Amino acid sequence: MWEYSDKVQDHFFNPRNAGAVTEANATGDVGSISCGDALRLTLKVDPETEVILDAGFQTFGCGSAIASSSALTEIVKGMTLDDALKVTNQDIADYLDGLPPEKMHCSVMGREALAAAIANYRGEEWKDDHEEGALVCKCFAVDAVLIEDTIRANNLSTVQEVTHFTKAGGGCAACHEGIEEILTRVMAERGEAYAAGKAAANAPVLTTDPEKLAAAKRMQTILAAIEAIRPNLRRDHGDIEVLDIEGKTVKVRLVGACSGCQMEAVTLAGVQQKLMEATGEFIRLVPVHAAAHA
Amino acid sequence: MQPVYLDNNATTRVDPLVVEAMLPYFTEQFGNPSSLHAFGNKVGAALKKAREQVAALIGAAHDSEIIFTSCGTESDSTAILSALECQPERKEIITTAVEHPAVLTLVGHLEKKGYTVHRLAVDGKGRLDLDAYKALLSENTAVVSVMWANNETGTLFPVVEMAAMAQEVGAMFHTDAVQAVGKVAIDLKNTAIDMLSISGHKLHAPKGVGVLYLKRGVRYRPLLRGGHQERGRRAGTENVASIIGLGVACELAQQYMEHENTAVKALRDRLEAGILAAVPNCFVTGNPDDRLPNTANIAFEYIEGEGILLQLNKLGIAASSGSACTSGSLEPSHVMKAMGIPYTAAHGTVRFSLSRETTAEDIERVIEAVPPIVARLRKLSPYWGENGPVENPDQAFAPVYA
Ligand SMILES: Cc1ncc(COP(=O)(O)O)c(C=O)c1O
Repeated sequence: MWEYSDKVQDHFFNPRNAGAVTEANATGDVGSISCGDALRLTLKVDPETEVILDAGFQTFGCGSAIASSSALTEIVKGMTLDDALKVTNQDIADYLDGLPPEKMHCSVMGREALAAAIANYRGEEWKDDHEEGALVCKCFAVDAVLIEDTIRANNLSTVQEVTHFTKAGGGCAACHEGIEEILTRVMAERGEAYAAGKAAANAPVLTTDPEKLAAAKRMQTILAAIEAIRPNLRRDHGDIEVLDIEGKTVKVRLVGACSGCQMEAVTLAGVQQKLMEATGEFIRLVPVHAAAHA
Repeated sequence: MQPVYLDNNATTRVDPLVVEAMLPYFTEQFGNPSSLHAFGNKVGAALKKAREQVAALIGAAHDSEIIFTSCGTESDSTAILSALECQPERKEIITTAVEHPAVLTLVGHLEKKGYTVHRLAVDGKGRLDLDAYKALLSENTAVVSVMWANNETGTLFPVVEMAAMAQEVGAMFHTDAVQAVGKVAIDLKNTAIDMLSISGHKLHAPKGVGVLYLKRGVRYRPLLRGGHQERGRRAGTENVASIIGLGVACELAQQYMEHENTAVKALRDRLEAGILAAVPNCFVTGNPDDRLPNTANIAFEYIEGEGILLQLNKLGIAASSGSACTSGSLEPSHVMKAMGIPYTAAHGTVRFSLSRETTAEDIERVIEAVPPIVARLRKLSPYWGENGPVENPDQAFAPVYA
């Protein structure tokens, strides 16, 4: 079964603050019974200081849901509401010495219960931004609705892009077939055909911040693609140098036979094409001339 | 304390007699059965014997109807894909909503490729409606694939009768009998069943060996093409040791069949009665009147199965759950959903599956362990009050994105 840390096991077998707080003045109910995880968090808040005097949980869910709930109550007790709102789901997971990736949603649920309870105390309405759909990526708990919306909003067309934007497919890669099916469907809506090719399935394996990783990955891909092009240019007594990469804009200097001649535009277009194929994204190529650069 | 293993529908311990029979084929008679020399000259005869032992257990008319495969899943895939390839003019598949993923995932995939898939519904006890089945059968039906026994609840399907009905419209009939073989009497020569799947590791043989029974005369297209092994019906060098182990396991299963249906069944019934008497708000799922003798599936309302399993595991008791959380998906088991079990109970189902190795002490220990575990978890549940479920559970606790 799951590799639960000792801390998770401890909080599951010996849950802290189980049950409803008596004289609670804040309640947050979140979760989904169909998904098998739901949590009621009750807080007793000091009206003068807004300090959380007591916290209790009632959870319907698996071992890590119970442990996350228990951890949450321990974390927030004694905090002011404003400080409590700064607690992230990662804080809950860290408190438990980590959760299996498939179980990170348990910590998210804890974080949502907290936000809901505080909203309840303040008389605000709490709205979750939870999208409900069939789970596609089980490693990062990304559902079909989110993937679809993201593809639509950003005009995505490769699995790799979907991974960059949503994390879906960045783990075990078992869901790439499912992501390709969604791509096919959504791209058809905008009149395009999904073309997988061979490389699309090789989306990168994510380990941390997807955006930073996407940028780093893109840079590597661009540099590798340029290296692959250079021998051809050299054969024609030319060369290309990368001066700068900023997001999707690549500044290059063409040298030798390629530079300045009428062929330049043709060469640039060819290089750009290669880069776009390699990255699966639109890449802008900006030629920088030696004079302008100096 | 001795561990208690009640997860035999997931997999079984390899019988020591099976291991003993296998060992020489790793170290002494390790030759390729296709070779002529002395390192493998006994292998051919041993494979033949294994084929006979399997054929005997399922009442096959001919040994040659037994094709060894790598697992139950391969047998299921081979059977269904072969039926479709043999009858390109027929584009419909009939199966049930409660099949193992080995069948359901495959037919889902075929659906996307243009086949029409009918998934027969089940009632609250997991039973099929044969009139609905009859209405679906037609000249367009290529294959019917219906499991003999359900892996989660043990519920048996009337496959012999259903095979005869399929025959009337000329459709092929396949049954996934992975859970049934060795536990219920099977006599294929007197049925219209064309194809049947077996998996070794469910009957005290090793993992990674299976069988596809293919009735003589039934048209067939192999899944794996290559060498001449298994008469060209399943290429690839034979998993000799495991096949020989499976043969022995089948013979043992035959000997224990009576025991399974008397002693093991009595233990299962004792387990169920003991738990049901001691735990409020729980019930048996599936069809108690027509099911495997070794399986008990109990739904504990208002709690989630993984918690129960973790606590049982701490006491050295192994069982499994149809709960979503243990499988990494969020949805509860498709079998519970198909039976219309409410979510608050479906997530709390626990499957206890016994075997001939289960003892009366094992069962008493489980009966003792379960009630306090359930009580402890219910104390944490938002649906549970002081002494029972809260009033109007659905209204008392209605989480935001339920
Ligand atoms: C009903 C059923 N069919 C098929 C299988 C798959 O068998 P195997 O693990 O040998 O592929 C199983 C076992 O998990 C099963 O219970």
